[in-house]
Amino acid sequence: MTKHTLSVLVENTPGILARIAALFSRRGFNIDSLAVGVTEHPDISRITIVVNVESLPLEQVTKQLNKLVNVLKIVELEDSAAIQRELVLVKVRADNETRSQIVEIVQLFRAKTVDVSPEAVTIEATGGSDKLGAMLKMLEPFGIKELVQSGTIAIGRGARSITDRSLRALDRSA
Amino acid sequence: MTEQATGAHHPQPRARSGAAQQQPATVEHVTGAQSLIRSLEEVGAEIVFGIPGGAILPAYDPMMDSSKVRHVLVRHEQGAGHAATGYAQATGKVGVCMATSGPGATNLVTPIADAHMDSVPLVAITGQVASKAIGTDAFQEADICGITMPITKHNWLVTDPAEIPRTIAEAFHVASTGRPGPVLVDIAKDALQARTTFSWPPHTDLPGYRPVTKPHAKQIREAAKLIAQARRPVLYVGGGVLKARATAELKVLAELTGAPVTTTLMALGSFPDSHPQHLGMPGMHGSVAAVTALQKSDLIVALGARFDDRVTGKLDSFAPYAKIVHADIDPAEIGKNRAADVPIVGDAREVIADLIVAIQAEHADGHTGDYSAWWNDLNRWRETYPLGYTLPEDGSLSPQQVIQRIGQLAPKDTVYAAGVGQHQMWASHFIDYEQPRTWLNSGGAGTMGYAVPAAMGAKAGVPERTVWAIDGDGCFQMTNQELVTCALNNIPIKVAIINNGALGMVRQWQTLFYNERYSNTVLHSGPGSDGTEAHLGTRVPDFVKLADAMGCVGLRCERPEDLDSVIEKANAINDRPVVVDFIVHQDAMVWPMVAAGTSNDEILAAQGVRPDFGDTEDD
Repeated sequence: MTKHTLSVLVENTPGILARIAALFSRRGFNIDSLAVGVTEHPDISRITIVVNVESLPLEQVTKQLNKLVNVLKIVELEDSAAIQRELVLVKVRADNETRSQIVEIVQLFRAKTVDVSPEAVTIEATGGSDKLGAMLKMLEPFGIKELVQSGTIAIGRGARSITDRSLRALDRSA
Repeated sequence: MTEQATGAHHPQPRARSGAAQQQPATVEHVTGAQSLIRSLEEVGAEIVFGIPGGAILPAYDPMMDSSKVRHVLVRHEQGAGHAATGYAQATGKVGVCMATSGPGATNLVTPIADAHMDSVPLVAITGQVASKAIGTDAFQEADICGITMPITKHNWLVTDPAEIPRTIAEAFHVASTGRPGPVLVDIAKDALQARTTFSWPPHTDLPGYRPVTKPHAKQIREAAKLIAQARRPVLYVGGGVLKARATAELKVLAELTGAPVTTTLMALGSFPDSHPQHLGMPGMHGSVAAVTALQKSDLIVALGARFDDRVTGKLDSFAPYAKIVHADIDPAEIGKNRAADVPIVGDAREVIADLIVAIQAEHADGHTGDYSAWWNDLNRWRETYPLGYTLPEDGSLSPQQVIQRIGQLAPKDTVYAAGVGQHQMWASHFIDYEQPRTWLNSGGAGTMGYAVPAAMGAKAGVPERTVWAIDGDGCFQMTNQELVTCALNNIPIKVAIINNGALGMVRQWQTLFYNERYSNTVLHSGPGSDGTEAHLGTRVPDFVKLADAMGCVGLRCERPEDLDSVIEKANAINDRPVVVDFIVHQDAMVWPMVAAGTSNDEILAAQGVRPDFGDTEDD
């Protein structure tokens, strides 16, 4: 099993997320992470899906996704040719003794302290899952009180845009 | 198959023609309900099967005034769905069914799932509670879009009356193009009641829907080359060939190559059964020749077929020596079950037409396949293991013989609709299908109860032709209420109940795999009041009386000597539906058979008869 990141461009219509999520579950695939947001075109949303599958079933699920009428385009973003980011907000136990050590870790990982209280600090960090995993490992001994993570979002490197052509298709039909 | 699948009608402008779309002639001021009926008229829907109810009620008022759309009031929404399917399968046009919200809509779920499995173009229109009430568990509310999401090609919830014409145009377009399939349009009651405007053609907007119909030229050449090189090719033909109206092209291709042809359960009639190159049906109950041909083949050319498990048997051991050319309009079918050496995405008609040209080019270069040794094998298997049956020793009726005689005595171009089970397999074996769209059945979903309503829909679509439903007594008891619809609406179908008093196919499996322990498969008996098996052999229900009560002619046949006269009597009645209760021997079994989960190499020609392939062949 290998990790694959799919960028799915969809029409921004009600229920599209349910259609996609349901397709994964009924065809027997688990979604590792999922993130949805609008693109530079208000009628197009972009769903980034991370799945752990072999390449043959991945091809099948991609073809099935393509059959959804509201799906405009699917691109697999290779790790080496794309920038992948997650966002983490983590509330760490902190007192006068540990606070400076925590802030040092925050700086090492180029994260940010976004809230401080006498018993805790809240840290915001972005990065790939490896970096965030490493940071959380460092913070764990202090006591993680609460952790929230976004799904992965990803974009290809270089000048090429995967939305260009889909936008044109949408314009043609408008 | 944009044009082909929708038949003579051209129900809507091509979607996504964008700015070039013509200006609508006039704008009419109407209600949403009138807009719906006007839209159905414009897309060319000539018949709608349905039942009104609260949420869909506004639509039924303008329906009454439509001179173009005929509504047939069915007795159960499931009947409406299967009738629309039967209509679509017999005519090639889009079938339409209508139901109200909640239970009306959920009763359509089975026929929608059935149409989805068999790629039937179907538009289901359901009423929904008023838009403000959606999500409040209102009376007769069901999230039918959510429920049917996995079993439709697409569905729409309409709450704005202005969107009704566009949605109906898109629905018919999606249902009938590409790989056809069912769609559902759920319309809120207040959208049907509100004032709106209607103009046609509407602007359609489906940027994510672009079915590929034109095959890739390089793949076609590659396939033609493999066909010319093959020694043991088989053309494995599926329902896609019927849907693409490619049967004439298929005949040319078959005769040009000289390769044997096997047509799946969904494709019977796409290639004449009487044709010398026809090996019969593949799969679990396929002919020994067809199953074995695929197993020993060195090249399978799959045309509009999907390597269903009922065809392949145990996938690992299916056709181990064969290279695969797989042509289908749905890219997701290619490589799904069996890897393809030459994948071809395209409409079957265009694929076959292009293949013909490419193969002619191969022939012109002197590359013609030599299949003579292959035909020696094929003919030996055909002659040694033909389809057949033995007559019961006790003089009772043989179900196979009943079905065979119905086929032999029926008028030309008769359409047959089967239920699901033993009678379905016998109808596939012992009736000759020479023409496309003469065999309707529930292949993928295996929906018992399909036959009567599907026959009704077919007869409504092709009233000039005889329509025989070949049904089992189990299936018949699931949906026979639609005979009332037939009787009252001048839809004179004929129904043959192959009455063995049991759920025959399940009983056959109990015979073979469950030590003859017949748990809950005997239909004409039950535990009596004293706890013992009572009523054995009784006629409950009495199908002749039942037919009579429903406004049909009821006939019964119990002896082989009466068989022909009863069938002829049924054939002679054309002003009312006819039901014939054929009391047949209960122990007849369907052969050949590949037991579930085993390899197709393990096919049994008859009980305990393993074909001898003289396994010394050059494989």
